[in-house]
Amino acid sequence: TDLSNNEKSNRKIEKLLIANRGEIACRIMRTAKKLGIQTVAVYSDADRHSLHVKSADEAVRIGPPPARSSYLNASSIIEAAVRTGAQAIHPGYGFLSENADFAQLCENNGFTFVGPPASAIREMGDKSASKRIMGAAGVPLVPGYHGHEQDIDVMKSEADKIGYPILIKPTHGGGGKGMRIVENPKEFVDAFLGAQREAAASFGVNTILLEKYITRPRHIEVQVFGDKQGNVVYLYERDCSVQRRHQKIIEEAPAPDIVSDFRSRLGQAAVSAAKAVGYHNAGTVEFIVDTLTGEFYFMEMNTRLQVEHPVTEMIVGQDLVEWQIRVANGESLPLGQQQIPISGHAFEARIYAENVPRGFLPATGVLEYYRPIPVSPTIRVETGVEEGDTVSMHYDPMIAKLVVWGENRSSALVKLKDSLSKFQVAGLPTNIEFLYKLANHKAFENGELETHFIDHFKDDLFVTPNDSVSAEKTYDAAKHSAALLAACICEKEYTLLKKNPPGGLSVWYTHTPFRPNYNATRTIELEWENEYRDNNSEHLTLSIIYLPNGNYLIKTGENSLPTLEVTVTHLGDHDFRVEADGISKNVNLASYFKDESEHIHIWHGLEHHYFKQKVGIDLLDNHETHHHRNHESSSHPPGTVVAPMAGLVVKVLVKNGMKVEEGQPMLVMEAMKMEHVLKAPTSGLVSGLQVTPGQQVSDNSVLFNVKAA
Amino acid sequence: INSAMLMSSSNRGFSTQSQGHNVLPDDIDRTSDSFIRNSKEMESVMSQLYSRIHQVTEGGGAEAIKRHKSRNKMLPRERIDRLLDSSSSFLELSQLAGHELYEEPLPSGGIITGIGPIHGKLCMFIANDATVKGGTYYPITVKKHLRAQEIAAKCRLPCIYLVDSGGAFLPKQAEVFPDKENFGRVFYNQALMSSEGIPQIALVLGSCTAGGAYIPAMADESVMVKGNGTIFLAGPPLVKAATGEEVSSEDLGGADVHCKVSGVSDYFAQDELHALSIGRNIVKNLHMAGNEGQIGNLQGVNSEYKEPLYDVKELQLIAPTDLKRSFDIRSIIARVVDGSEFDEFKQLYGTTLVTGFARILGQPVGIIGNNGVLFNESALKGAHFVELCSQRNIPLVFLQNITGFMVGSKSEANGIAKAGAKMVMAVSCAKVPKITIVVGGSFGAGNYAMCGRAYSPNFMFFWPNAKIGVMGGAQAAGVMSEIEKSKKKKEGIQWTKEEEEKSKAKFVEAYEKESSAYYSTARLWDDGIIDPADTRKIIGLCISASNNRILEITRFGVFRM
Repeated sequence: TDLSNNEKSNRKIEKLLIANRGEIACRIMRTAKKLGIQTVAVYSDADRHSLHVKSADEAVRIGPPPARSSYLNASSIIEAAVRTGAQAIHPGYGFLSENADFAQLCENNGFTFVGPPASAIREMGDKSASKRIMGAAGVPLVPGYHGHEQDIDVMKSEADKIGYPILIKPTHGGGGKGMRIVENPKEFVDAFLGAQREAAASFGVNTILLEKYITRPRHIEVQVFGDKQGNVVYLYERDCSVQRRHQKIIEEAPAPDIVSDFRSRLGQAAVSAAKAVGYHNAGTVEFIVDTLTGEFYFMEMNTRLQVEHPVTEMIVGQDLVEWQIRVANGESLPLGQQQIPISGHAFEARIYAENVPRGFLPATGVLEYYRPIPVSPTIRVETGVEEGDTVSMHYDPMIAKLVVWGENRSSALVKLKDSLSKFQVAGLPTNIEFLYKLANHKAFENGELETHFIDHFKDDLFVTPNDSVSAEKTYDAAKHSAALLAACICEKEYTLLKKNPPGGLSVWYTHTPFRPNYNATRTIELEWENEYRDNNSEHLTLSIIYLPNGNYLIKTGENSLPTLEVTVTHLGDHDFRVEADGISKNVNLASYFKDESEHIHIWHGLEHHYFKQKVGIDLLDNHETHHHRNHESSSHPPGTVVAPMAGLVVKVLVKNGMKVEEGQPMLVMEAMKMEHVLKAPTSGLVSGLQVTPGQQVSDNSVLFNVKAA
Repeated sequence: INSAMLMSSSNRGFSTQSQGHNVLPDDIDRTSDSFIRNSKEMESVMSQLYSRIHQVTEGGGAEAIKRHKSRNKMLPRERIDRLLDSSSSFLELSQLAGHELYEEPLPSGGIITGIGPIHGKLCMFIANDATVKGGTYYPITVKKHLRAQEIAAKCRLPCIYLVDSGGAFLPKQAEVFPDKENFGRVFYNQALMSSEGIPQIALVLGSCTAGGAYIPAMADESVMVKGNGTIFLAGPPLVKAATGEEVSSEDLGGADVHCKVSGVSDYFAQDELHALSIGRNIVKNLHMAGNEGQIGNLQGVNSEYKEPLYDVKELQLIAPTDLKRSFDIRSIIARVVDGSEFDEFKQLYGTTLVTGFARILGQPVGIIGNNGVLFNESALKGAHFVELCSQRNIPLVFLQNITGFMVGSKSEANGIAKAGAKMVMAVSCAKVPKITIVVGGSFGAGNYAMCGRAYSPNFMFFWPNAKIGVMGGAQAAGVMSEIEKSKKKKEGIQWTKEEEEKSKAKFVEAYEKESSAYYSTARLWDDGIIDPADTRKIIGLCISASNNRILEITRFGVFRM
């Protein structure tokens, strides 16, 4: 077998299995194809028809939807590699990418693991161990407790020693899962137990470490790369300070306002860190930079290709996945440290299916309409989904990564904002508008980054309900959008009717619809949610007059506002050129049916509005019960708590009939591997509690009620 | 000579593409005094039409509309709009029925009728306007209802009754109830149409009292709206008077009772929108009903067609206000037919009648238009052309501008009565759709030969400038004063010149009034007054609506030779 192993080591990778899904699987396949390497996808039942499966030369089913039975199922993946004759396995990020046992398993089965050696993963994966190694290698560390002793009292006294605020963190894993910030000793116990539970659920290991929590930190990380010959280089840094719920949403490279001396010190520290564990392949060393002192501390090393690797690729002009494969093939690094260029500036915005006003809760649903912006050499869209796909609760709700490059930071930022305003998604809530607000913020423009950026500027970034001035302004904008939308609907209907007149009666479906001696009119009623109002559903009634010249005269609302004459040209399916008020512009429309309504989105310029139209008339059934049902679901009795998202009930902390205080934790839910504690809305008696731990609940389902005593 | 002939024949370039030679020229002299004067007068004629139409679209007025809407009811035209396929056309009929007919205004005669498509199937809509006298039936209301049914029967259009009516208008019961063409005929028509497979659908959106109760009861399928819809033979007051029973109208004849207990209605609607959506669904499920034996209604129809070469708006200027002013009917045809292309038949013979083939909105038509008094030759040409169209199953369009047949000894001796009778015979018997548009005068026997109301054209419309009468006012006054003068002479009474002129003037005035298009349309002598610019569009829709028919072979009667 020694001989065959030797033979194998001389063979280049010809077929690569990607043990992942979504955009990263597609991303890796793209490079593999470029290199002439055949690709094998693995998929769970939920992903049978997804893009990464279609993009691969071959695909193998590895199990049911839950990750632990599919994408975390190492033996199924190895079996898939055996069956398809792949020589190497790329783990992507997440799932098994930082699982040392899996890396080992691959090697043991004769597959090249496209990633670091298992030993490095193991050493860096244990946060406490890694810090010890880093300390020994002279890499600066944040004060903290990284001991084996996990007794809660010991931990608490260590926390007291370091001083609050304290960061509680699982020793394994990453991505912010299981992390807790504790402001004062009183909150310690709850937070500690929660972190343990989440760590166990996510990583199978529940050891915890403590760290001093730096109040105004920047998150800067360095991309490193090593080869099997022992060379390690750094490909400069990325600033990933802008985070929500400890997860990055906008990343950029290089980090703004960094002098080259600091850059090389940071780079050197990262290279030392990698060398200390005998690293090869792609890795990222994360540092926390205290903006107040300018000090930087080692946080952790991610022993994988990062989500945000494209921003580095954009500024160094290299394909990191290609580097990974070449290094895995045993080649030495394509470039030496001095040869690595740095040019321009790149941003990455992560587009998520999530509910921004509900605290960025993950959203699930069907991607009814999906039109990412067109790609170019300076604009990349990394996506793993297509129109019609479902964003399920089983996996990360990321829809796409938007990556832009510019000559400098400000020109890249202009491009980022333009791209965000043209990135169109309908069917589920997304963070696109939030990302735009973020990118458009003065402080962001000035590069005043720190990890609390969002919290710090929350007044500017989030909608404050009951802001009557903004509410009025938004209302007017929505009315204008509604008017354009109404005209587009009429025009589109005409083009469809012209193509296929019902009953062949083409003379009855002419433009404009005929009425003897008066103009045909039409009423369109729309529901619109004004985020600036508490009771936010507003009713818009539009009356459209078909003018003999083919234009539309549109009146919005009862208070006879000035009418708008609109000229529409239907360019194709969703695309219109619309002229109103002397301005002509492109308008895009998307619509889909859900919950007895037609949901209609409109984009024009920087505006994006979303309306609902009761389909009522052709779909209503004639049962009286129908109306009752509607009535019930729309208004719950006071004190009712509904599931804020689809997910799993992990813990039920109370019983029916129990007396609870306002704010008391009642129930713990888990979705997307994040825990959400549901609290009592008021003090009172619990009733109607029917869910049990382990039960799957759907979005908006009633969980319990608290009757004020 | 030979070479010249060769050249000319090759120059004529016969090709399969008939382009150009049949295109009517634009021969209006826009600078002539008479054209300018006429245009000015037509402007005021048009604005009068628009203002009268505007008035009737307001129904029973702001107060009544407010009351109506407060009951979650929609106006009849809104109801129709919601039933129709969106973005589809609606050919409303007789908008000015009842105009200045009674002491009180009765906008649109209190009922809206018209044709439009639901799920691609043309239907006849008959909708009470409850904002006008509670939707009760005046004599003209009945007449308009029956006319709509007549069209529906002839064109085999499913009927959608939008019922919201208090029944017969009691003070005029003598003109509403007893006669053949009165209220009872409504249900008779329903029965017969149903028997012929023409669907009868009633949506009960308001009250449906007494006789009105039979509209849903006689319907093939009926829908009732909860709360607003009621059906009963006698309302609560009458019930109390008759039997002493005290009962609310909802309990007496509401949707609950009729959908769950009595079975008078088939579908229970939560509200009007719901009722209308059920109505649409009923039509969706009609499948072939009303279509048995129908000729392929797309036969020979081009879906692509050219617009006329000349502005149709100019028809508003061409329309003659002074019927003595002569103009070429071809200038109207040029603004009505596709591409202004007109293949004229017998162009050089009987030139006071213009006949020829064309297409309107892609549909083949035979056009007969007046270019002056009808002579023997014109009448014979007309009869000939009608025979052609009947054989070929081509719908006929009559463009009426006729003072009558030529009179005088020469004419009589030539047998003008015989020639006219031939044309009347041909027009009466031709089993093709006929559409009559009165663009100018419609006088005397000319009205008959040109398919006046009595000849049951499928549709008949007036331009607002048009006039109708047995003869012109002046002529009639002349005849009358001749008779009166000789009568007075016999009695030995001296009739002064002033007295004679006064009597004549009175006569002319009355004639003027009675011959106006509004007088006609108010009494339903036609199916509406139309904007001349809409002529092409309306003829196109009428032909399309008439195409859903069973092919009949024309058999003419005895032509007097």
